[in-house]
Amino acid sequence: MVDFALTHAWLVPLLPALAFVIIVFLTRPYARLSSTVAIAAIFSSFVLAANIAYGVFTNPGFIEKPLVYSLRWFGMEGFTVDVGVMLDPTSAMMLFMVSMVATLIQIYSTGYMHGDPQYSVFFSYLSLFAASMLGLVISSNLLQMFILWELVGLCSFLLIGFYTFKVSAREAAKKAFITTRIGDFGMMLGLLFLQIVFGTLDLVGLAERVPNYEQFGISLGLLTLIAILLFIGPIGKSGQFPLHVWLPDAMEGPTPVSALIHAATMVVAGVYLVGRTLFLFAEVPGAAEVVAFIGAFTAIFAATIAITQREIKRILAYSTVSQLGYMMLALGVGSLSASMFHLWTHAFFKALMFLGAGSVLHALHDKADVWEMGGLIKKMPITGWTFVIGGLAIAGIPPFAGFWSKDEILLVTLEYAKHGHALGYLLFFFAAVTAFLTAFYMWRLIFLTFFGKEKPENHPHESPLSMTFPLVVLAVLAAVGGLVGTPWANVWGEWIHFGDVHHGDPNYALMILSVVLAVAGIGLAYRLYYQDEEKQLAKQLAERYQSLYKLSYNKYYVDELYAWFTRTVVDAGAKALYWFDIYVVDNIVNGLAGVTKLSGQGMRFLHTGKMQTYALVFFLALLVITVVLAYGNPTLAGSLGGVN
Amino acid sequence: MDNVYSLLAFVLLAGMILGSALLVVTLRNLVHSVLWLIVMFVGVAGIFLLLNADFVAAVQVLVYAGAVCIMIVFGVMLVQRPDMQNSNPINWRFKLAAPVVGGLFIVIGLLTAKAQLTASPQEVPEQTVQALAPILLNDFVIPFEVAAVLLTVALTGALLLVKEVKANGNGS
Amino acid sequence: MGTALNPSYFIVLSAALFAIGLYGALSRKNAIAVLISIEIMLTAVNINLVAINKFLTPEAFIGQIFAIFVITVAAAEVGLGLAIIIAMFRSRHTVDLDDFDWMKW
Repeated sequence: MVDFALTHAWLVPLLPALAFVIIVFLTRPYARLSSTVAIAAIFSSFVLAANIAYGVFTNPGFIEKPLVYSLRWFGMEGFTVDVGVMLDPTSAMMLFMVSMVATLIQIYSTGYMHGDPQYSVFFSYLSLFAASMLGLVISSNLLQMFILWELVGLCSFLLIGFYTFKVSAREAAKKAFITTRIGDFGMMLGLLFLQIVFGTLDLVGLAERVPNYEQFGISLGLLTLIAILLFIGPIGKSGQFPLHVWLPDAMEGPTPVSALIHAATMVVAGVYLVGRTLFLFAEVPGAAEVVAFIGAFTAIFAATIAITQREIKRILAYSTVSQLGYMMLALGVGSLSASMFHLWTHAFFKALMFLGAGSVLHALHDKADVWEMGGLIKKMPITGWTFVIGGLAIAGIPPFAGFWSKDEILLVTLEYAKHGHALGYLLFFFAAVTAFLTAFYMWRLIFLTFFGKEKPENHPHESPLSMTFPLVVLAVLAAVGGLVGTPWANVWGEWIHFGDVHHGDPNYALMILSVVLAVAGIGLAYRLYYQDEEKQLAKQLAERYQSLYKLSYNKYYVDELYAWFTRTVVDAGAKALYWFDIYVVDNIVNGLAGVTKLSGQGMRFLHTGKMQTYALVFFLALLVITVVLAYGNPTLAGSLGGVN
Repeated sequence: MDNVYSLLAFVLLAGMILGSALLVVTLRNLVHSVLWLIVMFVGVAGIFLLLNADFVAAVQVLVYAGAVCIMIVFGVMLVQRPDMQNSNPINWRFKLAAPVVGGLFIVIGLLTAKAQLTASPQEVPEQTVQALAPILLNDFVIPFEVAAVLLTVALTGALLLVKEVKANGNGS
Repeated sequence: MGTALNPSYFIVLSAALFAIGLYGALSRKNAIAVLISIEIMLTAVNINLVAINKFLTPEAFIGQIFAIFVITVAAAEVGLGLAIIIAMFRSRHTVDLDDFDWMKW
């Protein structure tokens, strides 16, 4: 079975794609059947992926030499494109994680979307998304990856705008699509540069060629430019500052979508891409620094927004942005394993919390404001306690998953700083502050939602089994998923190492620091939002630091800035161009037409209708042409000038 | 001596042709024009004889000087104007046409003077009909037939055009 | 240059005749006169053909054959042209070409 899975890895994305086709063309009228088909397909993919992961992890040879097999898609002189499968620990881990989370979320969706008229369509989109994402993960070629990258963007658009009757959903879908497209444009330029310079887009080939970039006649500056262009794609897709604005708005879609796409899978595609092309960033320190700084800044930036938001899913969305910043930071400081480890744990606890939030919304009939909730844990024990586990994991309380991976990131950042990058300390500071803020806003959310006084107008009820089962599974994973990467038994580093197996001694000081930060964040939230029944203190704080509070609550006005920018700068440019078009271009065209018309009006009087006049002109012209030709012809020259 | 005679003949014939042609295009009386046209055609037939093309000369006299000119006379009579004296007026274009035509003639003349024409040493046989017939009926049989069809079609069309149209209310 | 006839004479004669015919075709108002002038031009071309045939390619009779065909077609053309002129006269009571400007604009 393991060997079969390894040699048939292409089946993993193909099965959901098949499910998509079947649902769209055959079973769409039958809701139950459609969801069964989708879940069967994704579950088969999961089984295959688990076998692949087992086969890859038990065989260390894959680390040095990934298993690649590919088909020639098309080729021409000096340019070939293969479509292929590349299996190494990174992609095996991603396959396993994505297929598992997708399976759980599809099971959850059967409960959450129950009774929706578009039920089958929803599952077909989920299948298409899963197929694209799994295909992206095992791509052996950047062009193939880019195509699937666009395809997951399309699925994201379809799923965010799934509630087509809601204006806000439609707007959010457009915003998400356009914003990510901006990033993809930069990425496309980067890919073109890579193809032009190195003559291949195969990951293996590039990994061999990029370190010898000087042989290909490009300077370090150009390579830096290529790396940064390539990084613009992940900036858009992974919601890094300044293209993060779409991710919070994307919460307009159904909650399973938020969990699947905007927590666990699609948004980490950007991280995954940077991880895949880390050999390029390793060559150019400048680009790696850019990645690290954008990551760190995004982390703290989104965390400071999250502490004042009121909508439950929006808080989670900003949390996602912040955690993605962590992953980028880890990549920027050159540690693939830390980044991938955090990706792994984050997928579990963030999917868990999104699904929990979905369960809450389901119970409260789409009431989203956390200030209007409270005491839900009494009525919804499973949702509540699993959410608490997720909160502990993300805050970084040992032994839950988030603690280990966050610790790893803090550790590699610190080491980066120690290795002569003075700015690394600033990064470390950002990361540490973010850890504190993360614990604080998450527990603020938990205390406001699940504890405290019950609101009499709410009538919550526990969700059905189809929704609680994935919650429990994910909670277990969020609890123990990090144990594979503890400093004592760092299986993780064995798997996903990229020339940087991290098995430094466990840094107890750092561990204690991070635990202290987490506990401090939770304690502050406890003080403000649990002990204080009336939330007086919190309100007072908000009053006192009103300007800061407003700034954070309004997301630093980035959206307004963009709106202002488009309204003034872009619209002014458009107006200028419009003016140019109307008055210059159109006038040139109309002028040409007018000249034609006028000349026609003038010339028609030459057209007398008298044949003899025409004949006269004809022969006159003949005479002139004959004379000119005779003079122009050297053998005839002089023949008209008399006899010679 | 032969040369002198033939040159003399050529000069006389050329004078006759050009003179009568000029009269054709300048006389005011259309019937006179047609008569001078006959004279010109006969002169051209003489030139053809001078060029050892007796069959073509015969055809020229028969077809042109005979049939065509008679046909034209009939045409003139059918479209009779009240005053035959002034039946062929000149329009305003002759002022322009004359220099153009003169220029054309001069240019052709100059180019001809310049042209290197290598005369063939062979002589044209005196009797051309015996030589023409096989060519016309073997190599050129298809054009020959086509010409026959063309004549038929043309004359049928001419009949159709000239036929009285009853529907025409103000017909003659 | 001897007194022998040479093709240039005939070509110049033909050019003169052609020019005269052209003058007629351009400067006459009467349609029949124009037709006559066109016949003159065709005759000039015939002279050219036969002369070149005699002086340059005496062994082949292509020029003469060509001239015969030209004469044939010209006869047909005159017949048809006259028919058209008569038809025009019937409809307009004039053969003055300046009155036939229906192709204007």
